[in-house]
This record gives sequence, C-alpha cells and structure tokens, in this order.
Amino acid sequence: MFVLILLGAIIISLLVGGWPTLRAFGLAFVTSTDWDPVQEVFGAAVPVYGTIVTSVLALLMAVPLAFGIAFYLTELAPPLVRRPIGTAIELLAAVPSIIYGMWGFFVVVPFMAEYVQPHIIDTLDGTPLLQDLFAGPPFGTGIFTAALILAVMVVPFVAATMRDVFQTVPAVYKESAYGVGCTTWEVMRSVVIPYTRSSVVGGIMLGLGRALGETMAVTFVIGNSNRISGNLFGSGNTIASLVALEFGESEAGSLKLSSLLALGFILFVISFIVLAISRLLLREVKA
Amino acid sequence: MKLIGSTLALALAGVLGAGVAQAEQITGAGATFPAPVYSAWGEAAKAAAGIELNYQAIGSGAGQTQILNRTVDFGASDAPMAPEKLESGKLLQFPSVMGAEVAIVNLPGIKPGELKLTGELLAEIYLGKITKWNDPQLVELNRGLALPGIAIAPVYRADGSGTTYVWTSYLSAVSPDWKSVVGAATSVKWPAGNGAKGNDGVAATVRQVKGAIGYVEFAFAAKNGLTYSQLRNKAGVFVQPTLETFSAAAGNGDWAGAKNYAVSLIDTQGEKSWPIVSATFIELPKDPKDAARSAAVMKFFDWAYKDGAQIASGLQYVPLPTAVQDAVRSSWRSEIKAPDGAAIYK
Repeated sequence: MFVLILLGAIIISLLVGGWPTLRAFGLAFVTSTDWDPVQEVFGAAVPVYGTIVTSVLALLMAVPLAFGIAFYLTELAPPLVRRPIGTAIELLAAVPSIIYGMWGFFVVVPFMAEYVQPHIIDTLDGTPLLQDLFAGPPFGTGIFTAALILAVMVVPFVAATMRDVFQTVPAVYKESAYGVGCTTWEVMRSVVIPYTRSSVVGGIMLGLGRALGETMAVTFVIGNSNRISGNLFGSGNTIASLVALEFGESEAGSLKLSSLLALGFILFVISFIVLAISRLLLREVKA
Repeated sequence: MKLIGSTLALALAGVLGAGVAQAEQITGAGATFPAPVYSAWGEAAKAAAGIELNYQAIGSGAGQTQILNRTVDFGASDAPMAPEKLESGKLLQFPSVMGAEVAIVNLPGIKPGELKLTGELLAEIYLGKITKWNDPQLVELNRGLALPGIAIAPVYRADGSGTTYVWTSYLSAVSPDWKSVVGAATSVKWPAGNGAKGNDGVAATVRQVKGAIGYVEFAFAAKNGLTYSQLRNKAGVFVQPTLETFSAAAGNGDWAGAKNYAVSLIDTQGEKSWPIVSATFIELPKDPKDAARSAAVMKFFDWAYKDGAQIASGLQYVPLPTAVQDAVRSSWRSEIKAPDGAAIYK
C-alpha cells in the first residue's frame, strides 16, 4: 500500500513538474527532435529513440549470450565449475555502473574506434541496407557502443534468472525425455524452455528495465548529441543521460527544467509499458 | 552492543568537538568552474582569516536556485544572473575571479601553442562547415605546419556548463552565422560533433580521437599538458594563452559600464588580449537573515582579493584588477544592509 502511494506520488510530482512543458508543446513534445535551450524549444523524440534503440539492441545481444550461459551452467558444465562460474556471473551484476562506464570509455571506445568500426564499415561498404546501418565516423562512441556496454551489464541479470529457473524444472521431466532418446538440446527446447517460459520472459524484462534506466555507463559512451543519425555508429542520447547531464545547469522554474521532468515522466511511462507487455506475455503463457 | 554504542558516542563527540573549533562557518553553492580556487581559498582562509568555507559545486543553475531559496549564504554562477532575477531575489552580484578558455586539438606532430586558429574558423568547424584539417583556410593560416587530411571531430560539453556558455558567447561574438543558427547558453543545440561529460571528459575524448578539437578551461589544459592553439584576437594579433594575455583582456573590459558587474571579457580590444576570458560571479543577499554570516562571506572574499591572488594564479585563474576589487567593496558597503539599515561591511 505504502509502495503504491509512493509510486503515485512520484508520477504525480513528475507530471506536475513537467506540466508547463506538456502544455507549451502538447503532443509535439514527444514527436519533435528539437532540443534547443537557447530558443527554449524542447522535444523528446531523440532521447526516447536513443533509449529504446540502445535497450532493444542490448537485449538482442545479451539474451542469446545469457541463454547460452544458463544452458551451459545447468546442463553441460561439469559440477565442479558450475559454482565458480555462477558466482563470477553474479559478481558481474554487482559491479557499479560507473565502473562499466569508465571501462567502456577507456577500453571499449578506443578499441571500437581503432579496430572494430573501420573494419565493419569497410566490409559492409556496398552491401545495401547494412552499409547504411553501420555507417558514420568511427568515433568509437555511439549507439552501438552504448548497446554493447548495456548488453554486458544486462547479461548477468538475465543469465542468473535463467539459470535459477532452469534448475526448477523437476528432474523427472528431463529424465523421462532423456529416457525416450532426446538429445540435450531437444530436452532444452521441448521440456525446459516451455516449462520455464514465463520466468525467462520475466528475467529478460528485468534486464530491459535495467537497460532503460541506465545513466552513467551510457553517458560515457553514447556521444551525447541530440540527433537521430539513423545508423548504429552515430552518436545519440538517452532520456536518463540527458536528464543527468542537463539537470545541474537548469534554472528553477525554467521551461528546460520542466522539460527534463517531463522526460522523466516519459521514461516512467515507457517502463510501465514494458512491464505491462511482460505481464501480458506471461498471462498468455499461462492460459 | 554496548561497545558499539560507546564507540558511536566517542565518534560523535569527536565530530562535535571539531565543530566547536573557533572558525566562522559559511556555505556556498554553485558553479563548478571556480570550485578548485574556492576550495584552495577555503583551505588557506581557515588559518589566515578564521573562516571555514563549505562550498558545493553543484552547477550554476542549481546554485542560483539555492541562493534564491536562501538555503546557502552565497550562490556562485559562471553566467551572470538576469538583472530581473537579481532584482526580485534581492541579490547583489559581484565577480570573484576570472578564467580563460582554450581550444585543444589532437593532431599528430603538432605541439601546444603551434596551431593558429581564428574565432570565425572555430565557428565554422563547430557548425560542421569545415570538416577536414587540410581545409585551404586552415592551411593558409598555418603555413609552417603540415596539417594532415583527416576529418575534424568537434567535441563539446554534453552537460550544461558555464564553460559552454563562455565558449558559445565567444563564437556568437565573432560569427554572425553562429549567433543566428545556434546562439549562446549553458547548453545549446550543437549542429555537429560529439558530446562528453565535464572538462575531463572533453579532454579525454580529444586525446583519444585523432583529428578531434575541443574546448576546456586553460587551467585544465595546462595541468594535463593538452595541445592548445593560438587564437587571433580582435586587434588581429595571434596570441598565446598565458596569464599575461588573460590579464590584458581583463584590463580591457568595460567594468565601469557593466550593470551588476556583468561585464563581457569576450573578444576585448587590445593587442595583447586573449579573446576568451570570463569572470565568474557570486550572488549575495542584500537583506541577509543572519548579518554575521553575511559579514563573514564578505570578509572571506575581501581576504581572497587581498591575499588570494597568488593561490588563484597558481591554479591558472586570473585575479581581478584592483580597481574592480575596490568597486566591489564599495558595493558591499552601500548595498548590503542589516535589518536596521546599517551597512554590514565596514
């Protein structure tokens, strides 16, 4: 009950704070790509786009990897290594995000700029669609790097959840599948996954939640420019990092501060939608 | 349990004991740019003037909010506060110290102070119009240097900052294009380039990306051995960023004509002036609730003007001209009043 009141209070205070902006720009606030503090014109499209694209990309990279880890740990790994590897994965989840940010900035970004990006750009040059997707100056920073860092941060969450739920599958089910001659992969696909599907989706949503709200690590590597570049190596912005960057220099009562609060409100709504979708998915699974 | 309790009590006693030390406490909040010099002054003033400063570098905008709400003894901001706001908030604004900004670059084989740039070209670079280092206009300026044909990667401050305010003010002053397309503010709509967080973020990005150009406080560039450029000033002379050219710019500012001391030291006249110099400001309530604390704030800055110049220069900040210091003192005398109408600063 208390949690509900608190949640409601947060939403209301964000809405009240963001109201001047929403009143001034209306729906255009969500669709406009302008963010011009000099002219006092604000639009949320770029950070919203950046937030969603980086999070979804991160999940695309993280989920298969996390699934592999969980699969290995529950079915393939010899018992002796399960515990140390499992613990190592959990430790990854405990690393503060600022550490990931610094690692991203000082290690991953130069590496991307020097080796990865030029090669990908050269290799794909001439391939339709893909050459547009992987274009842009090889700065090292950008949407792709941000998604990569987020993926690394999300993997331990998703992997740990998956491993835990895979272990809840009653041994009888698996044994009987093996008994009729299934391979390990067939057992995984036809017994373990159907049995645990809802929890797996829950784990992925947990990861998505973390990716959506991540601030510091993203700020370090995304390039922080308020443009939708349309390619993956271009720089961008996310809601959380924009709010964190601009908050300190926003004057009280200004339209800018109000816009930042409205952005917070939008992030809240996005998270809420994600949660609602996951709930919906889970319900379908149960039925 | 008992042990923990008594340890706590001891620790508490220690904290309280330290607080009893005979120093007047003042609190301030705001700009991050002068934070290093304020903290150095605070350290020195504890022994020299008996004042203990607790300064929180939370950003100019947040500092203005705090002083308008009177939660601190003084606010600090890089950009001068709007006159109406000073009026309605009953605040006196005065400059504390000055600083300069430089352009930093990452070009193989080019050493600090070798590259020559003009404000117009900087504006074109940041507008995304000049995109290669071997652009004819850049080559023309730098006949003796071998400029590589690599892309220019402009880097800017992604967080709102006084540094950006000063930098964009300069670009607006020298380039009509910049003024109409972008303008000047603590954060703007950048037409080109990538953002990084803080002075150190900009410096690190420039250091990592070949062909990058960025802007930082000179203090920062000097401390970190970054490759800064020369700039052409209003008189048409190329100058190096040194304390001498900064002071020359400060001396050429129109202090007398500026309301609330909101003087512009951008692109000042004079052959020796460095073009990007700015003052940072303090806001002090004209009707202080606690006259003793207000007096302590003025005593602190009086001390900083008199004896803090060395410390400021050591950190590559520029002390105020003496005439300006005296003007500020007389403003304190005439503007800041106790409830009974008597001047607090004597």
